[in-house]
Amino acid sequence: MANRESTFANMVITLMVVAAAASFTLATVYNLTKGPIERSREAARQQAIGMVLPEYDTLVTKKLMPVSGSDSLEFNIGYRDGELVGVAVATYTGMGYSGRIRAMVGFDPEGVIIDVVALDHAETPGLGDKIEKGKSDWSDQFQGFDPREKTLKVRQDQGDVDGITAATITARAYCDAIDRAFQTFMANKENLINKEERN
Amino acid sequence: MGQLQNFTKGFIRDNPVFVLLLGLCPALGVTTSAFNGLGMGLATTFVLVSSNIVVSLIKNFIPSKVRIPCFIVVIASFVTIVELVMEAFMPALFESLGLFIPLIVVNCLVMGRAEAFARKNVAWSALVDGLGMGLGFAFALTLLGGVREIFGAGEIFGLSLFAGDGMLVFVLAPGAFIGLGYLVALNNIVKKKLA
Repeated sequence: MANRESTFANMVITLMVVAAAASFTLATVYNLTKGPIERSREAARQQAIGMVLPEYDTLVTKKLMPVSGSDSLEFNIGYRDGELVGVAVATYTGMGYSGRIRAMVGFDPEGVIIDVVALDHAETPGLGDKIEKGKSDWSDQFQGFDPREKTLKVRQDQGDVDGITAATITARAYCDAIDRAFQTFMANKENLINKEERN
Repeated sequence: MGQLQNFTKGFIRDNPVFVLLLGLCPALGVTTSAFNGLGMGLATTFVLVSSNIVVSLIKNFIPSKVRIPCFIVVIASFVTIVELVMEAFMPALFESLGLFIPLIVVNCLVMGRAEAFARKNVAWSALVDGLGMGLGFAFALTLLGGVREIFGAGEIFGLSLFAGDGMLVFVLAPGAFIGLGYLVALNNIVKKKLA
């Protein structure tokens, strides 16, 4: 049961075979799981929109460039009987403790926040993950929050949002994401409400 | 050494966290609650068992000078597979455990068992060893997470035990070290009694 000798040729061939086998396996698994992963992400997105918008019958999705930041935001505009009832904005921030945080923010036509749901993030389990609805009721404070009168910053930064104990960076980042959605919504508000044509 | 002993050694005598002090990064990092500890432990167990079996099967094919890179590729592949499969078919579980999965790659416990056990033993023994060590790891993490959750938040598995905020230090990093220190001491006492 001796190991193969560590000759140069043996080592190169072995590494190549192992790497090729691993790549092949991963590619196969990736292809098998790609569809289901996309479906479950899409379901999570739909569910998040449902949670932050009042009842609607038509949903129009648009990509808009934010006031600050490099990537476009996804605006999901909900109508009922032709009236705009709310806008769900898929927003992001790069200020998180660990990678990008994405969240779905719902606004009523005035700009008051209906609710906020975290879509995905990689914050510290047990501390920063309190932004998730299931982990803590921290994000409930945004329900009915009016960013025109209050400041979307944590209290340490002279704002009106309660921070998360031991995860101030995460709370600060979450406010940044919501503020990005709000600023962009206000900048485009007239266009969104007045536009009659829908596609 | 019988298979039963091979399996049970991971719990007290050779517990990966309390005795071998391996895999401390996830053990200290994610054990803010008992559920987190259990989830991380079970995910690690799966990767450990799979990688142990594969390493044991290919051990004669690998020249010893390049065995470490080969093991790393095998382990990293299994971690990625677990992550993809879990996100695709168990989205609810992925939501609560997804954050921990990539941490398994840097768990030296998996590497340590491949190097110290699997490459010297047949696949069946390696499987039992992986299962025992993995469950021992899960046991240790659940215990540590439970202690921190009870003292830090006054809860266990999310069930409230007493009202109030608890001692925040136990949820933060220092609490992990304090809790681990006492559990290692406790484990030493139990080990002496058993011997």
